[in-house]
Amino acid sequence: MTQQMPNNPTAAAASDLRTRLHHKEGRPGHHSHPHSRGGAPEETRHRATREIKVVRRVLDANDIMADQNRKLFSEKKVFVLNMMSSPGSGKTTTLIKTLGKLMTGLRCAVIVGDICSTYDADQLSVTGAPVVQINTDEFGGDCHLAAHVVARALADIDLDEIDFLVVENVGNLVCPAEFDMGEDARVVVLSVAEGEDKPIKYPLMFRQCDAALLNKVDLLPYLDYDRDLAVSNIRQIHPQMPVFSVSAKTGEGFDPWLEWLKGRIKEKLG
Amino acid sequence: MHEMGIALQVIEIAIASIPEDLRRARVARVNLTVGKLSAVVSESLRFCFEVASRDTPLEGAELAIEEIDVAARCNACDHQWTIEEPAFSCPRCHSGNITLVSGRELDIRSIEIEDEANDTTDAQQPDRGRSF
Repeated sequence: MTQQMPNNPTAAAASDLRTRLHHKEGRPGHHSHPHSRGGAPEETRHRATREIKVVRRVLDANDIMADQNRKLFSEKKVFVLNMMSSPGSGKTTTLIKTLGKLMTGLRCAVIVGDICSTYDADQLSVTGAPVVQINTDEFGGDCHLAAHVVARALADIDLDEIDFLVVENVGNLVCPAEFDMGEDARVVVLSVAEGEDKPIKYPLMFRQCDAALLNKVDLLPYLDYDRDLAVSNIRQIHPQMPVFSVSAKTGEGFDPWLEWLKGRIKEKLG
Repeated sequence: MHEMGIALQVIEIAIASIPEDLRRARVARVNLTVGKLSAVVSESLRFCFEVASRDTPLEGAELAIEEIDVAARCNACDHQWTIEEPAFSCPRCHSGNITLVSGRELDIRSIEIEDEANDTTDAQQPDRGRSF
């Protein structure tokens, strides 16, 4: 007979219950095995265990899927950009502006991730590029896009017909930084309305990205915002990262950003 | 924020790592290393693990998390150091051309299975076997 451990909130309670279950039958002569613990939780932890080496990355399922995506993107000669930011930084507007300038020479498509709604896809449809909206609530309300979600969305995109795929991630400066999707480049959009401190508060995001867009600079006259401090904070986290000051509303500053992006696309596609 | 997803992955990998002949044994501990520059909050992960491992072979197992410092090496002067605060330039030569040596880990190192010889449950009942 195997005694299944009932679920108990504390180790002490579990230990106590196990002891009671164990002694309940009370068969004489059956207590030959050592009682190495008295019921205190500390002692429970010292019970002899056998360690089995595993040594696997927790996210290796995602990484394997990301590598498959990357291989597919290479075969199909598609450059993939992962755009990340906090909610409300102006990712979608920046993307609409960017695609408007790029689509004369490149065939583009967009995968846009949100927890809910097709608002962004509707906005992006004005560009004329095919747009696939992913709502992560179907996958448990995820706070980020993962490689398998992108792989699934690819079913709705003809990779033979495009050169440039943008994945607009879920608005969040934390989790998306952790998940590789097989992309070629990552950019983070930070608006001047968010404060200069964000790079320091979300270092992983700013370490993981290849470029930063400092958006909404048209608002600078109305804000107590120290742009130099923001840039210096970004460089404190990622010293060699290019930072582009832009306004998605007025189009200010887009040329250097577009040049950088075209350069990266050309590196891959030739 | 995605600790539940991470916990589910940990559980999946840990269960798959239980050797065939120990399928009925209790898993006492899952040893995880988490780099300080990973987007994972240990406390939340432990909580999610406890909830998500119910009714699995990992029920009641402890999730032991070892946090790993963020370490970097300077590609210009070869200096190696531990990054204590969010600043990623070489403290010796101020170069920003650095490589992170550690701090991004999110790995399952091992699982610990309770040794049956010391098991105090009634799983082993040799006297009952002998009555045949």
